Amino acid sequence: MSVVARFEVRYTQYLDERGRALGPLPEFARDPRALVPAYRAMVLMRALDAKAIALQRTGRMGTYASTLGKEAIDAGCGAVLEKDDVVLPSYRESGVLFLRGVAPHRVFLYWGGDERGNVFPESPRDFPFCVPIATQLAHAVGVAYAIRLRGERRAALAFAGDGATSKGDFHEALNAAGVWCLPLVVLVVNNQYAISMPRRRQTAAETLAQKAIAAGIACEQVDGNDAIAVRDVVGRALARARAGDGPTLVEALTYRLSDHTTADDASRYRSAEELAEAWKREPVARLRAWLAANGAWTKEDEVALERECAARAEAAAKAYLETPPPDPEQMFRHLYAQLPAAYRWQRAAACGEATEDACA
Amino acid sequence: MPALNLVEAVNRALARAMEDDPRVVVLGEDVGVNGGVFRATVGLLERFGPERVVDTPLSEALIAGMAIGMAAEGLRPVVEIQFAGFAYATLDQILNHAGRLRHRTQGRLSCPMVMRMPCGACIRAPEHHSESPEAIFAHVPGIRVVAPSSPARAYGLLLAAIADPDPVVFLEPARLYRLWREEVADDGAPLALDRAFVLREGSDLTLVSWGAMVYETLSAADALAREGVRAEVIDVATLKPLDEETILASVAKTGRCVVVTEAPRTCSFASEVAAVLAGRGLTSLLAPVERVTGWDTVTPLARLEARYMPDVPRILAAARRALAYR
Repeated sequence: MSVVARFEVRYTQYLDERGRALGPLPEFARDPRALVPAYRAMVLMRALDAKAIALQRTGRMGTYASTLGKEAIDAGCGAVLEKDDVVLPSYRESGVLFLRGVAPHRVFLYWGGDERGNVFPESPRDFPFCVPIATQLAHAVGVAYAIRLRGERRAALAFAGDGATSKGDFHEALNAAGVWCLPLVVLVVNNQYAISMPRRRQTAAETLAQKAIAAGIACEQVDGNDAIAVRDVVGRALARARAGDGPTLVEALTYRLSDHTTADDASRYRSAEELAEAWKREPVARLRAWLAANGAWTKEDEVALERECAARAEAAAKAYLETPPPDPEQMFRHLYAQLPAAYRWQRAAACGEATEDACA
Repeated sequence: MPALNLVEAVNRALARAMEDDPRVVVLGEDVGVNGGVFRATVGLLERFGPERVVDTPLSEALIAGMAIGMAAEGLRPVVEIQFAGFAYATLDQILNHAGRLRHRTQGRLSCPMVMRMPCGACIRAPEHHSESPEAIFAHVPGIRVVAPSSPARAYGLLLAAIADPDPVVFLEPARLYRLWREEVADDGAPLALDRAFVLREGSDLTLVSWGAMVYETLSAADALAREGVRAEVIDVATLKPLDEETILASVAKTGRCVVVTEAPRTCSFASEVAAVLAGRGLTSLLAPVERVTGWDTVTPLARLEARYMPDVPRILAAARRALAYR
């Protein structure tokens, strides 16, 4: 018997739980001020998230999926995406989209039940939120294939959760990405729970990253609560993708500090002690501690930022609430490039311009 | 003009579309080196190269999903699913994404893709190779469903499907692939995607069908003609959106209608045609609408297919019931 192959999965973390550097930092973090924009974005994400939950709790928004705890992932990715890259989110990547320039009130609109929330004029090639699990990874393969076919120096960055790694779509996408050496990075947000199902019951695999090994593509694990590590790992993966050096699966370890959605009650399946432990590793305080310790952030900065983020969240809520509901014609307007004649009577009936017997 | 069989006409249409539009790519299982298991894509790899004629891993859901990504990024993907029985794995992508992408993004992204597949029974193939899923796809909002029944219509409808700005499911009648040849002008001319074809005019009875069953339906019309009955034969061709007007106009003339499909009866597309006639054509009808369909069973394997498939005698029996009704 002989060993025909050996594999390893690397893990990257730069900051410990209290924001102290564990060793030399990557080049981009030599000047701590370079991380201030990421920190500001993370605080804004948290403010917008709190505002969305408040809107839902007061009956002014539909079911909403909180982003609490994953701010470092979204900020790290947002920092290394280039304008012409394509983002394919799941339903929890509003933070990434904010960094793509998407106006926050659009995200509120989406969760408020308005399709116009998926119109991103600020990043027109990015995909809309994707609620079915892992299906967006197949789209990402197609996007990356198109990019490679045209010989462009761009990449696709697709997001999925830990539960998604149990789906065939996930494996099919990784497999195909490997076959064609596509400019694709798949980022698994391992927040430890697929609604109530803990990561350890989702798979017997030691890591989720290693699932890429079977597909023959690069994989890495990263501390998803460490914005510097995420930016480093995803930045290198995207650079490889754009250079034609193939796809990467990145597993970002984090913890869903919120319920799955506002319709969920996580206390049914996890303990208060576990949640309290997870809060000790949360990403925002960690980056703030590092910035402060390195002279790039002060208490005054924090007070000013909190005030600014509260105002922006309030403005986003206002813009959302003041957007008039769509007219019924919206159901038909973009169903096809041009509505087939056969369905025009339905449009007229939906708009109250004809009775339903108009078909006869 | 070349005389082509149906699968050759599909091949010509694919080649023509690829020639005329560099955005068109063909992808699927065994479509490249092997030219497709039915040879629908034969020669394309040599002409257009492996980047545009893509042999994919064996992953139907992925193939459909990646076509959505390609389409949103500006390509014009034409997917081949090897057999309709394997297309059920694509439903998640077609239903949840292909038919919704334009609407969900309010026109920001769109999905100009075609998903072709051979359909129908009587090709002596194994299990799962004889399915007729047209009603399942026709229920999906935001897409078109097309089922050609002759070489010339396959050519023109496929070109139209590829040029269409929205997703099209293109159901090819496998047992007609090599049944006969007819002259097909390789002129790149598309056919309309919202129109049924009146294949034969008549005033006594309307026979409605699509896909492979159009063949049996025409044979039944021949038999009726020998008895002096003039049956009008309509090939629906585009099931979604359905050209209700052509069917209604015919039944207004004949008052009697038989709808023929080999798919299982319950919620079949024949039921939709019957519902249209009940809702909009009731005053024209002189007899109940007859549906001649497959049974509500699993499509049987080859040895029982003949007892499952609608055939000329069953169509004639239904036609005679409709004609005799007073």
